[in-house]
Amino acid sequence: MGFSGKAIELARQATSLGVLVSSVLIMWKLWTLLSGSDSPVVVVLTGSMEPGFKRGDILFLHLNKSPIRSGDIVVFNVDGRDIPIVHRVVMVHEQRDTGEINFLTKGDNNPYDDRYGGIYANGQLWLQQRDVIGRIIGFLPYVGWATIIMIEKPIIKYLLIGILSLLVISSKE
Amino acid sequence: MHSVLYRLNTLITLAGFLLAVMCSLASFTDTFHVPSVTAHAEVLKVNRFRKQLTGNDEVSLTLNVSMNLRSTFTWNTKQVFVFVAAEYETAKNSLNQVSLWDHIIQDKGHAKLEAQITNKYPFIDQFGKSANTNMYSAKPYMWEAIFVVRRSNLFSTGILCPRQVKQLKTRW
Repeated sequence: MGFSGKAIELARQATSLGVLVSSVLIMWKLWTLLSGSDSPVVVVLTGSMEPGFKRGDILFLHLNKSPIRSGDIVVFNVDGRDIPIVHRVVMVHEQRDTGEINFLTKGDNNPYDDRYGGIYANGQLWLQQRDVIGRIIGFLPYVGWATIIMIEKPIIKYLLIGILSLLVISSKE
Repeated sequence: MHSVLYRLNTLITLAGFLLAVMCSLASFTDTFHVPSVTAHAEVLKVNRFRKQLTGNDEVSLTLNVSMNLRSTFTWNTKQVFVFVAAEYETAKNSLNQVSLWDHIIQDKGHAKLEAQITNKYPFIDQFGKSANTNMYSAKPYMWEAIFVVRRSNLFSTGILCPRQVKQLKTRW
């Protein structure tokens, strides 16, 4: 193969990698759109919802405008922290004039609600509808351990990305 | 003829496809399941009523609850979460729901309950500080209160499947 042949080959590989990455991105964005949630898949990081959800389970979420009610399991972010927390709503107060909903959450396996347990920010008493990332529609056990390992040992993440890229490029024989 | 990688690829794809089919079938067996639940809750007495330092009202109750949730359990049910909540309106809030007690049931054998319970969680009303009027106007609602018992089903199968989380709400 001459020089131009090599260049074509390289361009071909680069294009197929580009197409792969783009299609993954498109599918992810579509999923985000259909579920209504910015983060349609989360990993359970703590044992606070056992025996229902264990650490390492992944949860599929969806979000709609229907009001939060007692008993709902919601996934939320506390202002200033970006770890998603999965807990159940135990108290709801909906104001008459504004329609604003304040609610309190608690993990099934926790003895205290999230105010007392230190989950909320300092002085925060309630959550609002806007704090909610989504409600659960399904879950897949154990698969989330991959994410947990990659978060706790980032070197494995870089290793994996490196290996995958190599495989994609070298698979075009 | 075919490389190891090619064979592995085919194998994994086939396994994935079969798994997906089995998971759908497993979920399907539950779509037609209609549980018939009986439950009853009533307030036996009000133990204590006081105003907190923050101005909110707090009540402690003893409730009589009895329920039969056996029909909610299928071969595919992982857990049933039962709770009793007081639902009422006040002058300021169009809707208030306060969870008083909850319980997790993991198998059919434990699905029938009859108990006298005091509220597990403090029953505190928001904005109670407006000179007692809120809680007192809420009181008549409490006696005929709608106790919302809701269950959350986590369906599971023996194989690694994405599982459905279903929520059904029944009110008494």
